Amino acid sequence: MNFFELAYEILPALLKGTVVTLELTACSISLGFVLGICLALGRLYGNRPVSAFCAGYIQFFRGTPLLVQLLILYYGLPPYGIRLSSFVAGILGLGLNSAAYQAEYFRGAIQSISRGQMMAARAIGMSKFKTILNIILPQALRIVIPSWSNELIYTLKYSSVAYMIGAPELMAQGKFIAAENFRYFEVFLVVAFIYLVAVLVVSRALNMVERRVRIPGLQMAESI
Amino acid sequence: MPDKKTITLKVANIHKAYGIEEVLKGISFEVKKGETKVIIGPSGTGKSTLLRCVNRLTIPDAGRIWLDGVEVTHPRTDINKVRQSIGMVFQDFNLFSHLSALDNVRIGLIKVGKMEKRKATEEAMRQLARVGLKDKAASYPAELSGGQQQRVSIARALAMKPRLMLFDEPTSALDPELIGEVLEVMRDLAESGMTMVVVSHEMGFARSVCNEIIFIENGVIVEQGPPEVLFENPEHQRTKEFLCKISELYGKSERK
Amino acid sequence: MTLELTLSLLVLGLLVGIPLALGQVYARRGLVLLTSIYERFFRSIPALVLLFLFFFGSSFLGLSLSPFLSAVLALGFRSSAYQSQIFRGAIQSISQGQMTAARSIGMSKFQAIWHVILPQALRRSIPSWSNEYSSVVKDTSLAYAVGVIELVREGRYIIVRTFEPMIIYITIAVIYFVLTYAGNRSLGYLEGRLEIPGFEAKGRKE
Repeated sequence: MNFFELAYEILPALLKGTVVTLELTACSISLGFVLGICLALGRLYGNRPVSAFCAGYIQFFRGTPLLVQLLILYYGLPPYGIRLSSFVAGILGLGLNSAAYQAEYFRGAIQSISRGQMMAARAIGMSKFKTILNIILPQALRIVIPSWSNELIYTLKYSSVAYMIGAPELMAQGKFIAAENFRYFEVFLVVAFIYLVAVLVVSRALNMVERRVRIPGLQMAESI
Repeated sequence: MPDKKTITLKVANIHKAYGIEEVLKGISFEVKKGETKVIIGPSGTGKSTLLRCVNRLTIPDAGRIWLDGVEVTHPRTDINKVRQSIGMVFQDFNLFSHLSALDNVRIGLIKVGKMEKRKATEEAMRQLARVGLKDKAASYPAELSGGQQQRVSIARALAMKPRLMLFDEPTSALDPELIGEVLEVMRDLAESGMTMVVVSHEMGFARSVCNEIIFIENGVIVEQGPPEVLFENPEHQRTKEFLCKISELYGKSERK
Repeated sequence: MTLELTLSLLVLGLLVGIPLALGQVYARRGLVLLTSIYERFFRSIPALVLLFLFFFGSSFLGLSLSPFLSAVLALGFRSSAYQSQIFRGAIQSISQGQMTAARSIGMSKFQAIWHVILPQALRRSIPSWSNEYSSVVKDTSLAYAVGVIELVREGRYIIVRTFEPMIIYITIAVIYFVLTYAGNRSLGYLEGRLEIPGFEAKGRKE
C-alpha cells in the first residue's frame, strides 16, 4: 500500500500515543509553572540561602540534558528504593526541567516591571507580599505569555524524549508500529506530521489567549 | 513654644550616604499642620532621597523622623500603617500599568484599607473628580497623557486620606503644556489645608502657595524661609545665585 | 565523540543558518516564503523525530549513512533553522541607515552585507548564539537513540558493568554542565574581546 493508505491505517494507533503525549505535556508544564513561579520569586525576593538555592537549581536543570535528567529519575532512583513508572518519571523530569526555564522567563518578566511601581505600592501602605500579589504578578503573567508559549511548545516537542525511558507516548507508538511493518521512514513521517499539527494548533490557541488579556495601550514584545 | 500637637512632620538630623558619598549631612526641619514647604536645590543633592526617608522607602544612616508623634524611623513601627497616612507622588508617576485609572485609585482602599468594593468605588470616583478626571476612570495609564497620569497618581495618594503629602519633582517629567494642570491640582490641595512637602523647580507655584522654601545644597540646608524673604532678600549669596538661575529657566510668572 | 558531534553540527548550522537569515531579510517574496517554511518545519518537529527521520530516511532513499552522519545532518539542519532566527533578529536590529550609507558610497548589496551588516550582526548574535550552543550540546544526548557513541551511550556501557546508575548519570550530568558552562564563558569572553567601544551597551546584568 502506498504512503497515504499506510498513514490512514496507522493513525488511530498513533493517536493513542498522542493522547499520552498531551497528558505528559499538560501535567509537566503545570508542575513547571507552579514550581517556576516559586523559584523566580525565591530568586528575586528570598533571602540569601533561598536565592542561592533557586539560582543553583535553575543552573543545574538548564545546564544538563533532559535525557540525562530522565535517566537519573527512572534508572538512578530504583537502587535507592524509589521506583517510578515511566509516565510519572516523565512528568517529573519534564516538569522539574521546565520549572527552571519558566523561572527564568518569570524573572525576566518581573524585572521588566519598573521598580517605581513597587515603590508606589509600598508608598500607599501595601506589604511586600500584597504588592507582589496585586501589582507585580498580574503584570508579569501577561508579559511572560510569549515566552511561556515557547516553553509550552518546547515541552510538547521534548515529551518525545520520554520515549527513551519507555513512556507509551507518540514516539513509542511510532516505533512499535514501525517495528511491525518495517516502514520506519514513512511511519515517522506521519509522526512528524502529527507533531507539526499539534504545534500549530497550540500556537494559534496561545496567540488568541494573548490577544484576550492584553492591557489596552501597552505593547508586549513579540515572540519569535 | 510650638505646640507639639500641630507639628505634623519632624525631621531630625538625617544622614544618608551612598557608597562613600554622603548626600544628606544632617538635615532637620519641621512642618506644621496645613503648611506647604517647597524644597529646592541643585540636582543630585539628595532631595528625593530625603523625601523617601520620610516614608522609609529609603532608610537613613542616622537621624530620626516623626509623623504626628509616631517615630517613622523606629524599626518596630508598623511601616505599612504609617505609609497609609503619607501620600507620595513620584516624578515618573508610577501608576500600575495593568489597572485602569479607577482601579489604580481604588486598589489601595480595597487591599490595604480593607474597604468594601462599592464604598471604595464611590470614594475613588470622588478623588478622580477632585483632580478633574472623572471621565477617564476606565482608561488605562498607557492611554493617558503625562499630566493626566500624574493627576491620577495624586488621586491615588489622596484616596488613602493621608495627613501628609510628599511630591517628588511631580512636574519634571511632563511636557511644558501639561505642567499647569498638575500645579493647579496641587495648588487647590495646598489651599484646602493639606500638609505638603514638595521638591520642585516650579517657582511660580512656590511663590504663590508655600509657607517656606528650604534650600538644600551639598547635603545641608543652606537657607530656609518664607518665599518673599528668599526671593527679595536672601541671606546667602548661593541662595540668590540659585534662585536667579532657576527663575531664568522656569519663569517667575504667576500661574493661574 | 560528543564534542565532534557538537562542533560539526554547529558549523553546519552556521553555514546554512546565515544564508537563510540573509534570505529572510533581503530576498524576494518567494524565497522568503520558502525559508519560512523550512524554518517552521525544522522548529516544529521534535529533535528526536528528526533524528529518526534522517536515520531511517537515508536508507529509505537508498543512501547508507552512518548514525553519526545522519545525526549531524538532522541536528545540523535543525540548528540552522534556529540560528537563522538568531541572525535574522540581529540583522534586523541594525538600523536601516547603515545599509543606506553603504549603498550611497557605491557598495553593492552583497558588499554592504559582507562589510557592514554582518560584522555588526554577528557580534550582536553572540549572546543568543551562546544559548543555541547550550541547546545543541544537550541535544547531542539524543543522538544516543540512533546509535551514536556519545556521552550517554558510553555512560550506559559503564553502568552495565558497575551497576551504579545514579553516580554515573550524575557524573554525566556534571560533564554536560561543564561543557555548557565552559562554552558559555568562552563565548562571553569572545564577546568582550570583540566589543566595539561605546557600541550598544546591551546590559547583560540581569
